[in-house]
Amino acid sequence: MTQQNSSPSMKTAKEVEEFARRQDTKNRLLLASPAILIITLFAAGPLLIVVLYSFLTAGDYGNVKWIFSTDGWFSVFMQRDIFDDTLQIADAHVSIFWRSIKLSLLTTVLTAAFGIPTAYFIATRPLSQRNLWLFLITVPFWTNLLVRTIAVMELIRGEGVINNVLRWAHIIDDPIQMMFTDFAIAFGMTYVYLPLMVLPVYASIEKLDFRLVEAAYDLYANRWKCFWRVILPIVKPGMIAGSILVFVPSLGAYITPRVLGGGKNLMFGNLIELQFGQGRNWPLGAALSISLMVLVMVALLYYVKVSGGDDNNEHR
Amino acid sequence: MNSNKPEDSVAIDVQSVTKIFKGETEVLALDDVSVQVRENEFFTLLGPSGCGKTTLLRLIAGFEHPTDGRIKLHGSDISLLPPNKRPVNTVFQNYALFPHMTVAGNIEFGLEMMGQAKAERSATVDRMLALVQMEELKNRRITEISGGQQQRVALARALAPHPKVLLLDEPLSALDLKLRKEMQIELKRLQHETGITFVFVTHDQEEALTMSDRVAVMSAGKILQVGSPRDIYDHPTDRFVANFIGESNFLNAELTKVSKGKGMIKLASGAELDASLPSDAPAVGPVSILIRPEHSQLTKRSSKAPLSGSIDNIVYFGTDTHFHITLETSEAFTVRTQNKPGFEGAFQIGDQVSLTIEPDAVQVLKD
Repeated sequence: MTQQNSSPSMKTAKEVEEFARRQDTKNRLLLASPAILIITLFAAGPLLIVVLYSFLTAGDYGNVKWIFSTDGWFSVFMQRDIFDDTLQIADAHVSIFWRSIKLSLLTTVLTAAFGIPTAYFIATRPLSQRNLWLFLITVPFWTNLLVRTIAVMELIRGEGVINNVLRWAHIIDDPIQMMFTDFAIAFGMTYVYLPLMVLPVYASIEKLDFRLVEAAYDLYANRWKCFWRVILPIVKPGMIAGSILVFVPSLGAYITPRVLGGGKNLMFGNLIELQFGQGRNWPLGAALSISLMVLVMVALLYYVKVSGGDDNNEHR
Repeated sequence: MNSNKPEDSVAIDVQSVTKIFKGETEVLALDDVSVQVRENEFFTLLGPSGCGKTTLLRLIAGFEHPTDGRIKLHGSDISLLPPNKRPVNTVFQNYALFPHMTVAGNIEFGLEMMGQAKAERSATVDRMLALVQMEELKNRRITEISGGQQQRVALARALAPHPKVLLLDEPLSALDLKLRKEMQIELKRLQHETGITFVFVTHDQEEALTMSDRVAVMSAGKILQVGSPRDIYDHPTDRFVANFIGESNFLNAELTKVSKGKGMIKLASGAELDASLPSDAPAVGPVSILIRPEHSQLTKRSSKAPLSGSIDNIVYFGTDTHFHITLETSEAFTVRTQNKPGFEGAFQIGDQVSLTIEPDAVQVLKD
């Protein structure tokens, strides 16, 4: 304080500040380094390997040969006819893509149809009961996915619970074939991914200010208008989050279509697995994986754009 | 007082309404309440929190239905109509504006729900925006405007459908003091310009006195007194009302004479004074009386004065000074005198003083 005007002490103060700032930056980098390391090693690294593999030649017994090739990418969409070698669209792949998208969309719609009323129900319970309901919703999550899928199988197979009950009640005479159909896959995935829809929707409904509902009624809205114009737009972010959380893993689902779809109703995940297993075509598997990722990203971008754009025409 | 007014000037007629909230314990929110709100008046429900004022407002809005009794709007029973079937709009305490809509979108909402044509709607929206001076912020999002501006939007939104009655649930409580004062004047202006009946709920006595044509003071699910602000302030008939609004001196006295709504009381000193009586006049005998601190003046000690005592404390408040006095009957009494520039005052703590009481200042209470 007494040396306020002397330059040496001023300089020191500045230097201390500078040193502290540098130290701060250094510390931040140091603190972030485990995260950076993990992201590099376990996220970016494997992804790069997959990209690399997709441009190599398939080895004879799986694995890859280090020879550059676009065959993997070529076979994602195209195939040569076995007999006359003409180029064709790989319709087997296309139908699997299409089934994956169709079933994932169906799963998203079904989880929304069941999940939104469930979330609304939970969010409108007294505070003391809500945690119990949320707990019950998440209980299946603690069980192994394979076990849960087999449980679904137990429900829908020919000698399963549903068919037995229906036969016992004389509603049907012969068991309904549900196993190994698209229905079975959608049913199984809906069951498996339901909590992923319920939780984010619940979170957004819980935050909804019910006085807004009163305000809507006060301003002459009927129930339907109130839901459509006030509740839905406010709850929409939660529904978008839930839809993404359901759609993305559905598109890449592997166990559920494998168990419930049997061998013939393949989905994207099974197709990829096939290339790395029996197919012994790793570059194709890698190219398919990246195609799936791109598909998901495009779908997400489109979704975000559509749902974001809505806001602007809300009220012209 | 004005009960002989013609029936058609009554906007809202609350007829012995009781509201019980059933839960783990039953709560009696409104206990046989009857009140009439006249057309085009600024009517205030005033009371502490939990007195039932908001419940009464919600019953009029239709968010709750009465357990017993009826509510009529311009003569027709609306007790059981849902809120969207009542020509009544509400300004909510937290405004409850739709966060996903613009300012204009919020104001337009009610009109749209009523099924008005687009052109008509936008004309009304523009008119409302002008009315609350928010034209420039028409296309802003609700999250982008200040609390005071949100308040104006909430008003415009509720006024846009031109309701028969506008209900306001403590709309100013979230604003800071300066803004609140501005909005008090603004609300009064809006009520005047639109000619809509306002029912205003508040716990702020000053708000109630400055804005209202008539005030109903509520406590514990009952309406204790209804009257003009002046009526309520000068002639509270109930100890609760007197205490809730302004400051009060309560004294024991004896009612000696009752005639034609006026009475005569006798103080401990033997002095006799004219007094106003509550509507259901008490019998002759011991009563409690009320004298407002500013309706009394300090004078030199005199044996003929109605009240005498000694000054315990003097508190300076800027505009006025409060003298805390212990009377000879050992009752406490406060006198408030307006300060004059450069005048310190002739009285000191410990002085023996007498008090004069202004004419018409004595009010006999019910209890």
